[in-house]
Amino acid sequence: MPLREFNILRDHGKQYVPDLRRATLPEIFRGRPVISGDILPLEAEMAASICPSGAIQTRTGSGAGPVCSLDLGKCLFCRECEFALPGKIRFTHDHRLAANDRQSLVILPGEDKQIALDPARIRKEIRSLYRHALKLRQVSAGGDNSAEMELNAAGNVNFDMGRYGIEFVASPRHADGIVITGPITVNMAKALRLTWEAVPPPRVLILVGTDAISGGLFAGSNALDRSFLEDHSPDLLIPGNPPHPLTFINGVLDLTGR
Amino acid sequence: MKETRYIELFTNPATLRLDEIPVMDYPGFAAFTDLLMGEEGTHCLHYFVLPGDTTFRFICCMAADENHAILVYSHEQPRLPGLTLPSLSARHFQFHIFEREIHEEFGIEFAGHPWLKPVRFPSRPFDPSMQMDTYPFYTIEGEELHEVGVGPVHAGVIEPGHFRFICHGEQVLHLEIHLGYPHRGVERLFIEQRSLLQRSILAESIAGDTAVGHTLAFAGAMESLAGIRPGENSDLERAIALELERIAMHIGDTAALCNDVAYQLGQVTCEALRTVIINTTQRWCGNRFGKGMIRPAGRPYPLNEEIVTVIRTNLDDVEKRYRHITDRIFTLPSVLARFEGTGRVTAMQASLIGAVGLAARSSGMHRDIRWSHPYAAFPKVACEPVILDKGDVWSRAMLRKSEVEQSFGIIRTLLDQDVRMKETAAETNPPAFILPPSSLAVSLVEGWRGEICHVAVTDAGGELTAYKVKDPSVHNWMALALAVRNQEISDFPLCNKSFNLSYCGHDL
Repeated sequence: MPLREFNILRDHGKQYVPDLRRATLPEIFRGRPVISGDILPLEAEMAASICPSGAIQTRTGSGAGPVCSLDLGKCLFCRECEFALPGKIRFTHDHRLAANDRQSLVILPGEDKQIALDPARIRKEIRSLYRHALKLRQVSAGGDNSAEMELNAAGNVNFDMGRYGIEFVASPRHADGIVITGPITVNMAKALRLTWEAVPPPRVLILVGTDAISGGLFAGSNALDRSFLEDHSPDLLIPGNPPHPLTFINGVLDLTGR
Repeated sequence: MKETRYIELFTNPATLRLDEIPVMDYPGFAAFTDLLMGEEGTHCLHYFVLPGDTTFRFICCMAADENHAILVYSHEQPRLPGLTLPSLSARHFQFHIFEREIHEEFGIEFAGHPWLKPVRFPSRPFDPSMQMDTYPFYTIEGEELHEVGVGPVHAGVIEPGHFRFICHGEQVLHLEIHLGYPHRGVERLFIEQRSLLQRSILAESIAGDTAVGHTLAFAGAMESLAGIRPGENSDLERAIALELERIAMHIGDTAALCNDVAYQLGQVTCEALRTVIINTTQRWCGNRFGKGMIRPAGRPYPLNEEIVTVIRTNLDDVEKRYRHITDRIFTLPSVLARFEGTGRVTAMQASLIGAVGLAARSSGMHRDIRWSHPYAAFPKVACEPVILDKGDVWSRAMLRKSEVEQSFGIIRTLLDQDVRMKETAAETNPPAFILPPSSLAVSLVEGWRGEICHVAVTDAGGELTAYKVKDPSVHNWMALALAVRNQEISDFPLCNKSFNLSYCGHDL
């Protein structure tokens, strides 16, 4: 091999993350938040008033129920609640955020447990058909390109999800499912439906990023048309702004049962 | 009328009161624009309408690069249906996009405009009959011609847009780029969402790959309006963050260009190098795209010795490996054969369309906000733009390599200058953000694609009443349409990647 290429490869070294299931991210990474069990109603009110996307909700009425909740499906991971209440809300660097049930994304005070998929909600055919090869068609429905870039990174030389048979394909005809990024704009609503219809069933529906799961900061915009999600329920939800490749890959592996 | 009344601003960002902006009549306005456009290095930053109850106020901001100035002037028209004005675009093509946007939003006709195509099909278009699906694309009749439509859903994992080619066999005669798919209503949301935090995050989301660039422009506009001058450390950190973003995206584009010519070693090497850079940003602020890094009048993630060491170490590592791989990329005949001469945009074309950033500098134009209107810590850095003049894919690729190398130097210069980093960063209480009434702020940033322009306008109550966002892609998409003319359609992906423009930044 020519010397230049040899030197480049030598310096390039081994780039792949050996064990994606056990890989960790630096402390500063904004992963799963933890709300202190002793958070006071007044503190919760403050956090809710700061929260840009309404992810933090406080107890309504009197008496029973948790003081507040933090919905990762709406969370933009800006950390402003943590800055305002440093002892009470803390974003850990746990990047395993994927869920297949909207309620699993709601964090309650005093909870510090791994977010996990509910096995009962995973369709049998997903496990039997797609465990070793899952071909996905990506539809960018108004994303800001950060989630799209992280999905590309999930297939790069470092994360290499291709080793699990997960890859993005060029046509819905070749795909087993769709990955949606972005809040779903009016102008993409039809293209999204057409693409979904073109995927041969059984097909998987994955929402990647807070914008896709809840509309994020755009939720109130009249430029959105999220009716597709009223008709189709997702098999996998990947929160993040944008979700880290490890969050995506581990979520998909949890779904397919690898 | 020969009156040329305007305001000249010499800072970036800059704020002025709306009543300080002189109002001309339209012939005077047009004549003055003609005069300005005749000057070397003068280009339109933004041209938009502020709707009043009975009037439309048209505000124009021009950059006079040679004087390092921003000129603001305006004209006013009665708010009446059927309002028609002679188009500026007929004489100065770079205004085409602004007149199209005004037409789309308010229904104002521009007589003589070469082509009033909708910009982004907003959810409340002036003309509801004009839909994305039924839009009449430009056609050429001919038995030997065929049309190719690509998108909005694309083969790769990228943003949506539609490309309609008219081809003669392999050769592209004409490309019409049809955008608007990811339109989310950003400018309206800037007004509707009232907290500074929501607006900051919205700025980050204009184009997620330019989170630092757009948030910096936003922070500049807000701080300028509120009369808050960020401190030196803040200026330094912001400039470093911006240059890290530039390096990351340019290396990523180098990888993508190699991918499109099937040079896999180049692709994977550069992918791995980009990871190191964005992981550096992540190590600094917790997000690989720098979201959360910049807040108006805030320093959420001050640099400390540890992070500086990480930055320096990673830069040294990436610089060495990037040099090795790009030396190889730019000497490999099979790569050069694809890059050289492909997708050429001439200097005249680039100038006519008002190209900015990479598209401008690769076609011989001396245009860079870091040089012409320096902001943040850039006044401290001698930043001479890198200029190449062939205007082809090779030039745009080589420009990225050169700018990466330049940015390494800029970051090191900035890190060396920060003598106060050893002090503990005291928790500063950001001053109350109070916006002045009836004012306008202009804020410019040289994002990695090119010039970003934000314009913020307040009403009599000191509330934001208009927020205009101009991503560099707004100008540069036309360069792609020109670049593919008379090229083979199979080179389209390569040409597209060589520009790598933002869809969501354009569509907002």
